[in-house]
Amino acid sequence: MSSNSTTAEELAGLSATTLLRFATAGSVDDGKSTLVGRLLHDSKSVLADQMEALEHASRSRGAGGPDLALLTDGLRAEREQGITIDVAYRYFATPRRRFILADTPGHVQYTRNMVTGASTAELTIILVDARNGVVEQTRRHAAIAALLRVPHVVLAVNKMDLVDYREPVFASIAEEFTAYATELGVPEVTAIPISALAGDNVVEPSARMDWYGGPTVLEHLESAESGDRAASHSSRFPVQMVIRHDGERYYAGQLLTGRLRVGDSVTVQPSGRVTTITSLDVLGQPADVVSAGSSLSVRLSDEIDIGRGDMLTSGPRPPRITKEIEATVCHVADTPLTVGQRVLLKHTTRTVKAIVEDIPSRLTLDDLSQHPQPGRLVANDIGRVRIRTAEPLALDSYADSRRTGSFLLIDPVDGTTLVAGMAGDSFAAVAVASDADADGWDF
Amino acid sequence: MSSRHIDMVASDFSVLSHLDALESESVHILREVAGEFERPVILFSGGKDSIVMLHLALKAFAPAAVPFSLLHVDTGHNFPEVIEYRDRVVAEHGLRLHVASVQEFIDNGRLRERPDGTRNPLQTVPLLDAIESNRFDAVFGGGRRDEEKARAKERVFSLRDGFGAWDPRRQRPELWQLYNGRHAPGEHVRVFPLSNWTELDVWQYIEREEIELPEIYYAHKRLVFRRSGMWLTAGDWGGPADDETVEFRLIRYRTVGDMSCTGAVDSDATTIEKVIAEIAASRLTERGATRADDKLSEAAMEDRKREGYF
Repeated sequence: MSSNSTTAEELAGLSATTLLRFATAGSVDDGKSTLVGRLLHDSKSVLADQMEALEHASRSRGAGGPDLALLTDGLRAEREQGITIDVAYRYFATPRRRFILADTPGHVQYTRNMVTGASTAELTIILVDARNGVVEQTRRHAAIAALLRVPHVVLAVNKMDLVDYREPVFASIAEEFTAYATELGVPEVTAIPISALAGDNVVEPSARMDWYGGPTVLEHLESAESGDRAASHSSRFPVQMVIRHDGERYYAGQLLTGRLRVGDSVTVQPSGRVTTITSLDVLGQPADVVSAGSSLSVRLSDEIDIGRGDMLTSGPRPPRITKEIEATVCHVADTPLTVGQRVLLKHTTRTVKAIVEDIPSRLTLDDLSQHPQPGRLVANDIGRVRIRTAEPLALDSYADSRRTGSFLLIDPVDGTTLVAGMAGDSFAAVAVASDADADGWDF
Repeated sequence: MSSRHIDMVASDFSVLSHLDALESESVHILREVAGEFERPVILFSGGKDSIVMLHLALKAFAPAAVPFSLLHVDTGHNFPEVIEYRDRVVAEHGLRLHVASVQEFIDNGRLRERPDGTRNPLQTVPLLDAIESNRFDAVFGGGRRDEEKARAKERVFSLRDGFGAWDPRRQRPELWQLYNGRHAPGEHVRVFPLSNWTELDVWQYIEREEIELPEIYYAHKRLVFRRSGMWLTAGDWGGPADDETVEFRLIRYRTVGDMSCTGAVDSDATTIEKVIAEIAASRLTERGATRADDKLSEAAMEDRKREGYF
């Protein structure tokens, strides 16, 4: 396989590869750390001094060979307690692509870490143990991937060696998971039978599962489409700051969705004033057209009062200009969120005062049951909220745009990030109601 | 400056190259800080990562000037080539440079020299003193998450308490690209715009942008001696000891730090192309090959960060 014959020349020469951000979810017992260790090791991303340190650590813990799971253990606090307490970012590359991996633990109390990792991921790998199949935790991971609208989901059915590499075991797990994820609105599921420990179908195709004709995990990572193709084609350019020079004003920011062209008519949100783009500059290079993802500066034909927090928009679907927000939130702090609480809301480059008007329901991710009027949300809760802001926002639904449909609620006193919010309806699917309480399911 | 910006891979959808994506993300971070903080400062050592960070800042705010000053924590064990480079860059771009001097702290008794002569761990006190006396509220560091295990778990916006300390368990979750920089008076935020860059990305970007570096990054002949498996430059800082012998070798520096604990590697890479090929083929990590201070213990960086280090 190409990735295994990586040469320095290949890696050094390919400076124009793309970047894929992905996340992993699963518990220690599912072999997640071993899978990540295997990906890093077999793609030759573990270097000699790291391998030496790994072998040393494995020996001191009484392991026979190098324990690949130790590669992803970071902090002393974690090693001492044998747990993963946070999101760790890993970097590796093949000649085809650069990867940024958000490695998140799978314990129930770490929903917030999985949500954090998934928020920037274009792909997520969910692990299950082939002996146990789809369990409560798997459903929770699928729900988070669906909630955060991660474009690609990979189900890695691990420990196939412990079920004698039998196809029916894999097929029934893949079928059950795919049905569940599809119901939640996950647009694409790829199921792969693997053994992280033995290396089957992680980087190298397995000789012991000739019934499987699909890609290995790494092959799939190399070929999955990057970028958020589901994102709205309408353009969103939040202004980060105004750069003033020689009497000229340059509006600096990152184009989050769509395109901008010189000559385009754009609306300044939330004021609604309309003006025209006279020039675009991508970090020193003048451009006629700029695509999503670029940081740039824009000049406009009219002298309008525009500052940080305003947004230039164009295209067929304008954002909603609103002070009333309904959203799904994941609570990420140790202090609760309560009805009536005054908070700050950070949306793109705009931070405004806001009040939590209602918390209509809390959601249990394991079975998607909802609990009406919980009164408050605590760490790792997922719930629906209704928020009123002091100033209008130019808001998209999260389903249309992850960057302009997301927000944070912040404690105005100590600055704590309280919740991660996603505007609009949460799951794309329509049929979830059948699994929920009879009194109505609005997720 | 040459750069290829948008690689069209589909008729109606374009994906940035990995260098363009990393550059855009870093510029976004720099501008967020400019938009939300009162007194940001860039930690500038004259090492390649801080040089790339400054280059990104120059691009982010052009045609206007960089709205931040620079802070160099000077261990007193500097490579003269690096100091010369630092002063030239500061003059060229009309920047303001603050220097926090470890030597001064030793001279006035606020710090004591370590028995091993290493001054890297001593940088924390002058750094925190400079942050406090200048009331810096955002401090840009060139740290990358691929460097080291503790860094792999730190946020882009890393809240530090009044003692500059990092508490891995009290970090704010960082979602999407929404950075929360709110902090209480006396606290500050360390910001790492290069969090997602790898060593190879940094070098490829230096090549693409034709960024000048201090010459010690390229292969040259130098008097060095062997200590803890690394080639150290002889100098006033205390090396070599009586039982260490000096040799004239062809080497280059892969990182630039305190002379007493930054090792050179054997190399004939005299050009950027050769450096990139060398790094891509290297079997050692950057810190593993060149940093004595990280060999002190398995959790050396974690411990120093908790004390307020970079």
